[in-house]
Amino acid sequence: MKNKLIAAPYLVWMVVFILVPLIMVGYFAFTDKEGNFTLDYVADVAQYSQIFVRSIWLAAIATVICLVISYPLAYILTGFSKNTQSTMLMIVMLPMWMNFLLRTYAWMTMLGNNGIINTILGFIGLGPFKMLNTEGAVVLGMVYNYLPYMILPIYSVMVKIDKSVIEAASDLGCNPWKTILRVVFPLSLPGVMSGITMVFVPAISTFIISRMLGGGGNLLIGDLIEMQFLGNAYNVNLGAAISLVLMVIILLIMTIMNQFDNDDGAVLL
Amino acid sequence: MNNIVELKDIVVEFDGERILDKINLNIKDKEFVTLLGPSGCGKTTTLRIIGGFINPDSGTVMFDGKEINGLPPYKRNVNTVFQRYALFPHLNVYENIAFGLRVQKVPEKEINKRVAEMLKLVNLVGFEKRTVQRLSGGQQQRVAIARALVNHPKVLLLDEPLGALDLKLRKEMQIELKRIQQQLEITFIYVTHDQEEALTMSDTVVVMNGGVIQQIGSPVDIYNEPENAFVADFIGESNILNGLMIKDKLVEISGREFDCVDGGFGENTPVDVVIRPEDITIVPPEQAKLCGVVESVIFKGVHYEMLIDAYDYRWMVHSTKAADKGASVGLSFGPDDIHIMHKLKETEKSEEEVPDEE
Ligand SMILES: Nc1ncnc2c1ncn2[C@@H]1O[C@H](COP(=O)(O)OP(=O)(O)O)[C@@H](O)[C@H]1O
Ligand SMILES: [Mg+2]
Repeated sequence: MKNKLIAAPYLVWMVVFILVPLIMVGYFAFTDKEGNFTLDYVADVAQYSQIFVRSIWLAAIATVICLVISYPLAYILTGFSKNTQSTMLMIVMLPMWMNFLLRTYAWMTMLGNNGIINTILGFIGLGPFKMLNTEGAVVLGMVYNYLPYMILPIYSVMVKIDKSVIEAASDLGCNPWKTILRVVFPLSLPGVMSGITMVFVPAISTFIISRMLGGGGNLLIGDLIEMQFLGNAYNVNLGAAISLVLMVIILLIMTIMNQFDNDDGAVLL
Repeated sequence: MNNIVELKDIVVEFDGERILDKINLNIKDKEFVTLLGPSGCGKTTTLRIIGGFINPDSGTVMFDGKEINGLPPYKRNVNTVFQRYALFPHLNVYENIAFGLRVQKVPEKEINKRVAEMLKLVNLVGFEKRTVQRLSGGQQQRVAIARALVNHPKVLLLDEPLGALDLKLRKEMQIELKRIQQQLEITFIYVTHDQEEALTMSDTVVVMNGGVIQQIGSPVDIYNEPENAFVADFIGESNILNGLMIKDKLVEISGREFDCVDGGFGENTPVDVVIRPEDITIVPPEQAKLCGVVESVIFKGVHYEMLIDAYDYRWMVHSTKAADKGASVGLSFGPDDIHIMHKLKETEKSEEEVPDEE
């Protein structure tokens, strides 16, 4: 009874800010401008399949890169003393204290044809290379912005792994590499899963990064949706339909991912 | 018989504090050796030196005649049953036990056979598919033992493996472990702070205190011939009194002179005198040199435990016959029952007070 009372404000919150908006998205997606039921807009989404594929592809690449950078970093971090660990975490978090737009804008000035990188390369007789307005720049922007969201969950799961379990692996014949493979990795899988979710989901629906670093040629789903609500293409119903399809896709991908998580860790090896 | 493990002048320091001070220990093949001492005396540290989890600041670790200083744990033919089991939470019972064999790439058929053997040995047939978190303490402990033994190590290290179990289960497991050790003929190096456990299970007991080995010997030797007051106090219950060795075979306790059997301490030397509670007989006051008043009488099952104030010391006496509380009685003991020991150095003496509970 007491628990229910405490939960009440959260319940209200969830209804007002999660459930109601979801229903409204669903409502707009399946109705036309007069409010009559229609599947037209949902069907229309199919014509943007290329943009969907690109968004999923770029977000996936960014997620994999984040994982490849974060996993060893998190592992190395756990080996340091408590003080060093918190200092290093601070450094990892530092970029997050800066405004998101500013961070991304900084990359624009660095990657441009007259940017810092090309200028430096010019001194040694290289370039200029086209870096801005490419898919690579978009991926870079995603990795830079979302990297902490991969490091933190992996790190926080890893520090909780019992040191004596690691020693047990060593005792039973595992060299450091085998210990990671057979014990650390399976035990850190929950952190990896939530890291992937926390990077992939915002990356797949971003629009600022692609706008600023991708130019006009690398439109993502987020840009598409934004155009339906705020841009000149103004079409709330189509925007809602695209959002709905995106949600379903994310849900599907996450469900598949979680299948892995539930399996016995050893199966992966 | 050969020494399988030898520790020579092992010194370990943490943060400038000396944790192990010149440990010298030879362990014979197929022996059941117990490291016994109060919590914090360095038992786990000694075990970890042998396991390879820490390297000594100085001294030599020998295994099977070869120096193994600096050799990592995964290259040592030693397995450990950890203090809190350290089972792999992501693996079931079968996979936990099979772990070491899988690492060594043992063929699947052989793994099957050896794990099955182990399950039988530790009485866990039918538990293969269970996740380890859902096992009871005793079951987890048996998985930990099976996981270590399945690799057929030459030496098994066990760090207070029964500490978390209730008394009845602990007694059962003591017998079980002893049986396994004899059946498989593996050297066991066993750590405990429970003196009864050490005495019942071991071939050799190593009594430690404050990072120093106090005595090495068979359980009977350790009990009957403690080398100093610490050992006497830690092993079983004792009356420990200040005495004065007047000359060989004559000691003064509580202002009275007693014949004893020890000598070689010099004349008029202060010594510790140990008399076991069960070696004292209660007699009518006029028949004893030492008389006192019964302070308390407690029934302990097999015997009565009495505290008797006599002169400047409160004596503990165990007897099957109870005296009346408040009665005046005489305390009688023979020359054989008086154990004379050198006084401990002051620094060691202060560490006696450390409680021996985890
Ligand atoms: N890693 C460590 N760092 C600092 N001190 C330690 C460390 N490990 C053990 N000690 C200290 O060493 C002493 C002996 O510890 P230990 O060998 O675990 O004792 P026991 O197993 O006999 O209870 C204790 O005082 C403990 O605080
Ligand atoms: Mg210990």
